[in-house]
Amino acid sequence: MRLFKARVVLLVLALFIWFLLTYPFDAQELIAGGIAALVIILIPLPGIAVLGEIRWTPKALIYGIAYLFYFLWQLIKANIDVAFRVLHPRLPIEPGIVRVKTHLKTRLGRFLLANSITLTPGTITLETDGDDFYVHWIKVEGIQDKERTKKIVAGFERFLEVICG
Amino acid sequence: MEILGGIFAIAGSIFLFLAALGLIRMPDLYDRMQAGTKATTLGTMLFLIGLAIVEPLWTGKAALLILFVIFSNPLSSHTLARAAYHTGVTLGERASCDELAGACGDEEDSA
Amino acid sequence: MADLLFNIAAVIMMISLVLAMVRLLLGPTAADRAVALDAMTIIALSLIGWIAFMSGRVIYLDVALVYGLISFVGVVAIARYVERGV
Repeated sequence: MRLFKARVVLLVLALFIWFLLTYPFDAQELIAGGIAALVIILIPLPGIAVLGEIRWTPKALIYGIAYLFYFLWQLIKANIDVAFRVLHPRLPIEPGIVRVKTHLKTRLGRFLLANSITLTPGTITLETDGDDFYVHWIKVEGIQDKERTKKIVAGFERFLEVICG
Repeated sequence: MEILGGIFAIAGSIFLFLAALGLIRMPDLYDRMQAGTKATTLGTMLFLIGLAIVEPLWTGKAALLILFVIFSNPLSSHTLARAAYHTGVTLGERASCDELAGACGDEEDSA
Repeated sequence: MADLLFNIAAVIMMISLVLAMVRLLLGPTAADRAVALDAMTIIALSLIGWIAFMSGRVIYLDVALVYGLISFVGVVAIARYVERGV
């Protein structure tokens, strides 16, 4: 069942990429792309089981779209932050590596979370070890472990829990 | 409409410039990585959005490039950061704590 | 008008390419150089977009896509090499 789900997700993904690649398309191209995508998903690929971890419910779809906008907003904030730090004459940085905990269980969820952390204000995922993420933070704030976790992870976890918890 | 696209392109190039400036100015590897990853991602995104506004038929390919950059850029910087850490590139003088090597100073106080 | 604005953007990008090149030459460790190289490939990807705009050919965007793919694989390979040798 899970592999079937992964194949369907892969089919949608492949068709979407084909759609973007041939954007002013005609019917012939669409048919050719559809056939190619069908052939691809019939090949037994061991790695694609990860894609089956996405949930199919309408709620997950809504959260996915909300996650996209939240992510873009965080990306813009991160860039204003970087611009401020680079242009400031005294470089206001105080870097450090901190440990944060996540309660996402799936591999896809953790992958998305790590990528999101890297593109948000002042943080880069350095190493993962089970539930722990080691994050390089350009300006370490918050003394307690929990406070840090809340600041870095909680915003994304709220969405990712629903999409592929 | 063309002018809007041009403004997007210039904004993108300014972010790319800030990324390069960050590469020069930042004191240690990981801070350089911060500037080099985030600012280049948004810079490329803005430039390609500007391109798509000026040439609407290219929207599909520009969107594909943006998606590719969003996924590949954090991945490659994460791989590089981990490799650098395991080969012993240390944090700079300004660093306050390193929990991957051991507990933080203020961490021990609260425990 | 759009031509002029895109040309200004291209000049800024070329300057940043040179700045990243300085870090590539200076960088004390191999990882620093790899970070600079990563940033340079992304800037070059945008510059290929500019070439596509100036020549009016969409095929250059495909070139940019393939270039991005290859540079991503290259940077990951460099990282692997830095971590534990060939």
